[in-house]
Amino acid sequence: MSSETKQILTTDGIPLEVSLKKAERKNKVKAFLLVAPLLFFLIITYVFPIGDMLFRSVDDKMVTQMLPKTFKAMENWDGQELPEEEVFAAFHEDFIKLVEDKREGKLSTQLNYTKNGFKSIIKKLRRKSKSFEEGNYKEQIMSVHKRWADVEYWRAIQRRAPEFTGQKYLKGMDMYVNEEGKIVSVEEDRRIHRVLWLRTLEIAFFVTVFCFLMAYPIAHLLATLPMKYSNLLMICVLLPFWTSLLVRTASWMILLQQQGIVNDFFVGIGLVADDNRPEMMYNKTGSYVAMTQILLPFMVLPLYSVMKTISPSLMRAGKSLGGTPFVAFWKVYFPLTIPGIGAGCLLVFILAIGYYITPALVGGASGTLISNQIAFHMKSTLDWSFASAMGLMLLSGVLVIYWLYNKIVGIDNIKLG
Amino acid sequence: MSKQKDFVKFENVDKSYDGKILVVKNLQLDIAEGEFITMLGPSGSGKTTCLMMLAGFETPTNGEIYLGGKAISSIPPHKRGIGMVFQNYALFPHMTVYENLAFPLRVRKIPKDEADKKIDKALSMVSLQGFASRMPGQLSGGQQQRVAVARSLVFDPQLVLMDEPLGALDKNLRESMQYEIKHIHESIGVTVVYVTHDQSEALTMSNRIAVFNDGKVQQLSSPDELYEKPVNSFVAEFIGENNTFNGEVSDISGEKCKVKLTNAEIIANPISVKSKGEKTKVSLRPERALINPKNQMDNIHNGKIEEVIYHGDHTRVRINLLGNPEFILKVPNSSANLDIKLGNEIKIGWNSEDARALDPK
Repeated sequence: MSSETKQILTTDGIPLEVSLKKAERKNKVKAFLLVAPLLFFLIITYVFPIGDMLFRSVDDKMVTQMLPKTFKAMENWDGQELPEEEVFAAFHEDFIKLVEDKREGKLSTQLNYTKNGFKSIIKKLRRKSKSFEEGNYKEQIMSVHKRWADVEYWRAIQRRAPEFTGQKYLKGMDMYVNEEGKIVSVEEDRRIHRVLWLRTLEIAFFVTVFCFLMAYPIAHLLATLPMKYSNLLMICVLLPFWTSLLVRTASWMILLQQQGIVNDFFVGIGLVADDNRPEMMYNKTGSYVAMTQILLPFMVLPLYSVMKTISPSLMRAGKSLGGTPFVAFWKVYFPLTIPGIGAGCLLVFILAIGYYITPALVGGASGTLISNQIAFHMKSTLDWSFASAMGLMLLSGVLVIYWLYNKIVGIDNIKLG
Repeated sequence: MSKQKDFVKFENVDKSYDGKILVVKNLQLDIAEGEFITMLGPSGSGKTTCLMMLAGFETPTNGEIYLGGKAISSIPPHKRGIGMVFQNYALFPHMTVYENLAFPLRVRKIPKDEADKKIDKALSMVSLQGFASRMPGQLSGGQQQRVAVARSLVFDPQLVLMDEPLGALDKNLRESMQYEIKHIHESIGVTVVYVTHDQSEALTMSNRIAVFNDGKVQQLSSPDELYEKPVNSFVAEFIGENNTFNGEVSDISGEKCKVKLTNAEIIANPISVKSKGEKTKVSLRPERALINPKNQMDNIHNGKIEEVIYHGDHTRVRINLLGNPEFILKVPNSSANLDIKLGNEIKIGWNSEDARALDPK
């Protein structure tokens, strides 16, 4: 067989490939134009914000730009003893400029993230700097507050010199770079983020398990019941979708609170004493119950769509060949539903790991998740770079799970409908 | 080993799904061991329901089914030991051909080397050696069908049920599979209950055919008897082609009766008519009527050719005869000397014993 391909010409003498491309170009342009709005929308709402978030989480230019001369002067400083006069002079020059622009407050906030105690001494420095005399700034600044004479604080300033930093990521893992430049964990009683990450994973995992256990029989019923019953059941499954998330969560608050309906019922049947009503809200239980209910449809629907395609004759075949109903289920039916299980679990887990409103309302202190912490930094502390860093850590966590799933089950096996 | 006459026995079986309509009415049916019996009927006639009751997926509303002399209504499907071939094959799509065949052996805890031998044997029976490691999705429809047959036989069941197994295949493949299944049946002597709505399938494969309609067995007999001697007009019309005349019995004596049509009288064979004045439908197979008969026949009438359709090996001629404009004749193409042209008047004759006077329905 010869490998050379002869160029085929059309009757007009144009190469066939060229004329084929020409004929298809119009369709390609049309197809692109149809996709264009969505593409544009995705770039604006997805690629751009995520890129910005990524940048923001490592961006540390602010301090670099506020103290340019200081950092230039610090290049020759070994960080062992207090810096030389030139560093103090440069710092004084940068600082006066910041005070003129009224930006010294921002500097104090930023430096305070690196080391506590900067806020007050910067305020003090601003007051005193008005009466500074020219020359010998080292003495004058050091006399403002004893911390200005502490080499630790100057090292803290130096650590802010690079334009980019991974510190926010370390902070998200309750770690930091100490004075010697080593990565260490914060003291035990200040480790809040690790607990939150673990709790988020734990809650997402168990919510996925609960959803799976409840959704499997429901989806099976939906797929096998006659049309008129399955439609009714389907409405019951979808009904929560038609209700606002907030309303659903609020109704769980009514049900689960200590004087709520569920507790009343338990007391009524004598399960618990009236003066010893269990707390089912503002803790993990609340998060579990409400999130499972809210995420259930996301498990039911992929399972249902897969089960719907499994011919009932397969189970019959399994039984007629001598398998007990359990064997027929386990060897025949269950393996065929794995694509749906994978899709449902992945969907529920990913949604649960980033869940926000429900844990915020019914989770209380022990039931809040990492997303609540992100929101807290976005809204209250305004440390957006930290929020971005944690958001990206969450995102990469999801991607790792996705990757693991692909390794173990295969992403081609996923089936959403 | 003596063959059991009533290896499978349906006794007064009724089945209703909704408590209003009986889909199977008082079914009595005996199936002998080693027999190939076909349940034939239009859709909704209850034949598949009967098969499902036998397999154990439906329970009879009333009556009892016996398998080898044992009542089986209370035995769940997986303990009945009946092989089954499903309409859409029902091969397990996530298992290889080998695993599909191994399934019934594994649940029976048959040792692996013995199971392998059985699987080899079953695959060679359907000439699919070398396909053991394929997935069902990689096989053609005909091959899947053969795997399904092999799987239903691999655990040596005494009874195999087949629910329209060839329905999804194209015509040529269907015909070759018909012979293949027939040969397998002959070589291993298993009892087969086969459900189909395709009459030619039923006629070629079966020892006996049960024609179902309206939840009842209309006729149970061998294929030739079913075709030649239908006992009622449903069977006559359902099996093969059929010319009919509606009329009234005007005279009846022994083997013959006279039937008065609107403007003529024919002589027929009284099958389900007993007395004068009864309404009847006379059924006559197209190949039993001759054009310009040379022998003496007791029915000879004139008709006008309305339509001539060329079919290759034969020609179908539609004739307006005795007020029936749909009278069909099949003329073999060897008799080209006949004067078959549109609009011609021709003489048509048949013997009265072939014209069966059945119920009017």
